[in-house]
Amino acid sequence: MSARLRGYALFAGVAALFLVVAPLALPAFRLDELAKYLCFAIAALGIGLAWGQGGMLTLGQGVFFGLGGYAMGMYLKLHDAGGDLPDFMVWSGVDKLPALWKPFGNPVFALAAVVVVPVVIATLLGVLVFRQRVRGAYFAILTQALAAAFVILLVGQQGLTGGTNGLTNFYDFFGQDPEADSTQRTTYFVTAIVLGVLYLLARQLVKSRFGRLLVAVRDGEDRVRFLGYNPATVKTITFAISAGMAGIAGALFVPVVGIISPSLLDVVPSLELVVAVAIGGRYTLAGAVLGAVAMNYAKTSFSEQWADGWLYLEGALFIGVMTLAPRGAVGVYEQVRDAIARRRKPVPAPPTASEVPA
Amino acid sequence: MRKPFLRPLAAVLLLPVAMLTGCGGDSKDGSSGGGAGGNTVKVGILHSLSGTMSISEVTVKNSELMAIDEINAKGGVLGKKIQPVVEDGASDWPTFAQKAQKLIKKDKVATVFGGWTSASRKAMLPVFERNKALLWYPVQYEGLESSPYIFYTGATTNQQIVPALDYLKEKGKKRIYLVGSDYVFPRTANKIIKAYAKANGMTIVGEEYTPLGHTEYSTLVNKIGTAKPDAVFNTLNGDSNVAFFKQFKSAGFDAAKLPVMSVSIAEEEVKGIGVANVQGQLVAWNYYETTPGAVNDAFVKAFQAKYKGAVTSDPMEAGYNAVHLWAAAVQKAGTTDVAAVKKAAAGISLDTPEGKVTIDGENQHVYKTARIGVIQPDGLIKEVWSSGKPIKPDPYLKTYPWATGLS
Repeated sequence: MSARLRGYALFAGVAALFLVVAPLALPAFRLDELAKYLCFAIAALGIGLAWGQGGMLTLGQGVFFGLGGYAMGMYLKLHDAGGDLPDFMVWSGVDKLPALWKPFGNPVFALAAVVVVPVVIATLLGVLVFRQRVRGAYFAILTQALAAAFVILLVGQQGLTGGTNGLTNFYDFFGQDPEADSTQRTTYFVTAIVLGVLYLLARQLVKSRFGRLLVAVRDGEDRVRFLGYNPATVKTITFAISAGMAGIAGALFVPVVGIISPSLLDVVPSLELVVAVAIGGRYTLAGAVLGAVAMNYAKTSFSEQWADGWLYLEGALFIGVMTLAPRGAVGVYEQVRDAIARRRKPVPAPPTASEVPA
Repeated sequence: MRKPFLRPLAAVLLLPVAMLTGCGGDSKDGSSGGGAGGNTVKVGILHSLSGTMSISEVTVKNSELMAIDEINAKGGVLGKKIQPVVEDGASDWPTFAQKAQKLIKKDKVATVFGGWTSASRKAMLPVFERNKALLWYPVQYEGLESSPYIFYTGATTNQQIVPALDYLKEKGKKRIYLVGSDYVFPRTANKIIKAYAKANGMTIVGEEYTPLGHTEYSTLVNKIGTAKPDAVFNTLNGDSNVAFFKQFKSAGFDAAKLPVMSVSIAEEEVKGIGVANVQGQLVAWNYYETTPGAVNDAFVKAFQAKYKGAVTSDPMEAGYNAVHLWAAAVQKAGTTDVAAVKKAAAGISLDTPEGKVTIDGENQHVYKTARIGVIQPDGLIKEVWSSGKPIKPDPYLKTYPWATGLS
């Protein structure tokens, strides 16, 4: 069996596990939790693309996650209100629907906005930042500041955004009750399929000429520029794609968990996403997905087992992975594989990716 | 050619397998009936045990667990022991929603005691309403809510904020400055305060919000100095109070010069702020550690025997009451069934540390006595005014003519 075929067989196996085995074996609310992990996995996939492949350490991915989530939340709120004001506007003293909200009453507009708004904002930011050759730690700090500023904006505009509470209490998700078991199953399938499709697309992108150019930009931006390419364009496009993925993840999160609030977009959750990618292994897309699912699963099970001290366990997990396996779980797998190969036939070790600056 | 990035998918395979094995137990739990099954009654305790809110919420968790122990020591409810299932809301509202779902669907708890911030309550509300499950919420809040699946054992606005304003008015404070953290409780509270001021000949000379966790207050203190108010109404929450009162004091203000009425500072918080900074300032609650009565003496003694050096505060007491009120309703109903408990709960009266409380069946809030207190040099709070009798809860302020148009 060729490596290519083997890869597809493996993907089909994972897909079958998530689409057939998991729904049969898990009770509805566990499936709902798995759907939440998959939402984070979609956002992590974007980070894997931007950071792992493109070397752009984005610490503010929560912003795009939030933009997607709020676009979805605003539609659902308006739909529930049925022509009246959404509940939180009433208690925040808003008399008439703000102009910003009006177009979100249309489901097509709202669903388009889920992707378009994050992509447009990321593109604008990318054009401004990458053309000025801002990179490395400066880019990371900039994105983090963006997340912090965005949260302050959302919390401050209570009448417009629901403030700290965010948007919650949805009664009708495209004709279904979002808390019903059947709806939770449906949203799970949608999330899993979206993740699968986005993974295949991202993999195709990484394998393409563009993908090689992206890795080249990560490993030697100046050299790529001297060869006549424009690294700013490559980075902007990748950053916009990763923002779009985060937007989709945020939109799916709303029906899955039933709330979108500033606490999800803040610096800490944004960092958690990056940490998840690091744990899984940032140099492969599957590592990013694996990391997000594994870390969120660990979070749930640790906190259920040990409600008083689970955060220490999570911290220990992160420190352990970072010190023992800086390239993440996938890195460990590769190290073991290389070690076995070396023992069989001693060859000089290939340069590892960890020698490459992020 | 090798494709190293495909192989890691194998690792992804392992994860759902782990989940499946982990969840094999879930379905077993589910079929055994949970809630009232066997010889125990499971109840959920859902507070933030980590994150910014944990400092406050852990104390409520402790008092709720103590109430459960007390009931179990007397034989439990309906002859069964109460078994608490503790979960961490992690100061994160979506986590509250998911953990509530877990408690209801997996553990099949008979009821849940939990929440502190309004945001956590708003996040849990749809989960409880849609699953027809019961939540007991133990903290004073901004009112304008009455979910059929929530019992509110803390004060609503007419049992805390309105009496605090009455007190300021009685003392002749006409110019009020509003300081609050930027979230739903302070904003809604201030909306009510402004309506009250308008109808009662008071002037609001300033209104400022700072983000939760904000610690730079010198500008704000300067602004207060320039506006020359008679009193400050403080709805700041958490750590911000420490910075605010320190800078307020170092700018030369004290309780005699400019009184501050706070609605989120209880005994626990006084310890954190430092008594020297808040001594003599006013607070509004329904219960203090010093509230007289045999029930409170026993409560304080039991709590301090269990947690050395601890103080008792209003939200802790409301959480403690919630457990006892629920147990009384279950005994009366003869079952833990939610509809029956809701029905039985209406009109239940208990002698609690704060005095007599009664559940209002109509809005599922409780009758509570309002108390204004002054912070003492020893860190405890002395009552200087009380409503004398429990006030009927009115979450929508329907009985106050000046409040029309607020909800």
